[in-house]
Amino acid sequence: MEWINAILQGILLGGLYALFAAGLSLMFGIMRFVNLAHGDFIIAAAFLTLVFVDLTGLSPLWAIVPIVPVMMAAGYIGQRVVLNRLSGNDLLPSILVTFGLSVILQNLMLETFSADSRRVSAGALDTAAIPLGGGLAIGVIPLLLFVSAVAVIALLNWIFAHTAVGRQLRATSDDPETVSLMGINKKHLFAIAMALASGVVALAGVLLAVKTNFDPAAGPVRLLFAFEAVIIGGLGSLWGTLAGGVILGVAQGLGAKIDPGIQILAGHVVFLIILVLRPQGLFPKQRG
Amino acid sequence: MTDLLTATSLDAFYGDFQALFGVDFRIAEGESVALIGANGAGKSTFLKVLTGLLPVPGQSLTFDGTDLTQHPAHEIAKLGIAMSPEGRRLFPSLSVRENLLLGATVAREGAWSLQAVEDLFPILAEKADTPSTLLSGGQQQMVAIGRALMANPKILLLDEVSLGLAPVIIRDIYSALPHIRENGTSVILVEQDIGQAVAVSDRLYCLQEGRISLEGPSATLDRADISAAYFGRKKEHA
Repeated sequence: MEWINAILQGILLGGLYALFAAGLSLMFGIMRFVNLAHGDFIIAAAFLTLVFVDLTGLSPLWAIVPIVPVMMAAGYIGQRVVLNRLSGNDLLPSILVTFGLSVILQNLMLETFSADSRRVSAGALDTAAIPLGGGLAIGVIPLLLFVSAVAVIALLNWIFAHTAVGRQLRATSDDPETVSLMGINKKHLFAIAMALASGVVALAGVLLAVKTNFDPAAGPVRLLFAFEAVIIGGLGSLWGTLAGGVILGVAQGLGAKIDPGIQILAGHVVFLIILVLRPQGLFPKQRG
Repeated sequence: MTDLLTATSLDAFYGDFQALFGVDFRIAEGESVALIGANGAGKSTFLKVLTGLLPVPGQSLTFDGTDLTQHPAHEIAKLGIAMSPEGRRLFPSLSVRENLLLGATVAREGAWSLQAVEDLFPILAEKADTPSTLLSGGQQQMVAIGRALMANPKILLLDEVSLGLAPVIIRDIYSALPHIRENGTSVILVEQDIGQAVAVSDRLYCLQEGRISLEGPSATLDRADISAAYFGRKKEHA
C-alpha cells in the first residue's frame, strides 16, 4: 500500500511538473525558442502571489485573478519589444539572452525578497485531504494542481485545434515564412504564443507558492524538471508533456520511497534512460 | 487598361549577391502575364519581391497606388497580392480545409469563399479533413491555389504550378484559370513549360540571368525569339 501511495503522490506531483513544462513546450513548439529564464518567471509569479496575499489578506488562490492576466500582458509586450529580435533559425541568441534574464531576475528577487525560503499558506486547504480508503489519501492541493494541469493542457489543445488563432499558431510552427503570405504578422502571433505561455507560467507560479517552499534561487531547478518533462513526452505534444511530468513525478516518488536521499536522482536517472532508449520522446509530434 | 502593378528598374539582392538587374515590369487589372526563364533566371526571386518575402528598400515598386517597398509581407497580403508558392508550401499540421481557411486570414471582400473554392476544385471538399500531406501532388497544388484565392487577391501569383505533375493533371489545373480570371483577378504565372505559358497568358516576360531578355504579347511573339531569349543565344536578326 505504501508503494501505491508513492505512485499516487508521484502522479499528482507530475501535474505540477507538467504545468511547469507546458509553457516551455508551447514556446519551443511554436517559436523554436528556448527560455532559460522560464523557471525564474515561475518563481517571480510565486513571489507576486506572496505580495498579493500580504496586501489583500485573501486566499492565495485569488492571486490567479490578477497575476495571470498581468503576466500574459507582460509576456505579449516582452515578446514584441525584446524577444522577437531574437527569433530566427539560430537558437544561440535566445539562450544567451534568456540566461541573462534569468540572472537578472534571480538577483532582483534576492534584492527585493531576501534569500529566505518562503511559503504562502492557503489556510485549511494546506492540510485538507480526501481519504480513499485503505490508508490512502490525496491532498486537496496536489489534486488541485493535477486537475489544473490537465485543464490547462486540454484548454491549450482546444485552442490549437478549434480556433483561428490556434490554426495560425500551428501553421507558424510548420512554416514561419509562408504564414506571412497569408497576411499573418509573425511578430504578433509569437507574442500571442508568449502571452499564452506566460499565463501558464503565472498559474504554475501561484500554485507552486501554495504547494511548496520557494526562494529566489529556486528557478533553475524548476526549469530542469520542466525540460525533462518536455523531452520525456516528446517535443510539440502537450499531452506528451503531461505524461512526461507524471513519469518524472512517479520516478521521484518511488525513488523517495526507496531512500529519501535519491528522490531527485531517481527522476534524473529515468529521464536519462528514456533519452537513451527513445531520444525523440514518448509521444513526438506526428509529421506527415 | 490601367497598370495595377509596376516595377521600374528593379534590383534585388540576396546579401551581396544580385539576383535581379533593372527589371521593368507592369501588369494591368484583369491581365494574365507569364514569366518564363531557365532555372536561376530570377523568376521566383521576382515573385518573392512582389510578396515582400525579399525586401527591396528604396526600389520603385508600386501596387494600386501604394509603395510596396514600405510594407512587410503580411501587409502586402492584406493589400491584395496572394501567391501559390513554388513547392506548394502547405502546412503539414493542418487539414486541407484548415489550409484553405488560413488563406482567408486577411478577410478581404470578394467572390471567393470556402464554398467557391470547393466548387472550383471539388476534390478539396471530399478531402476536407485529410492532412494536406496525404494528398497527391496535383491535389496539393489545388490546395495551394485555393488557399491563395481565399484571400480574394487582386493579383494571384502562381509559381511553378506544373512542376512535378502529370500532363493530364496540369491540364486540369490550368482549366480552372479562366474561371479565376472571370472576377477580374490579374494573374502572374511563372512557368517552365513555354507552350503552357504562351497558351494561358496575354503577355509574356522572359528573364535571363536576372534581366528581362524579352517582353511582348504572348500571341504574337515568335517562338524562335522566345527560345533565344530563354537560352541566351544571340538573335540572328537585328
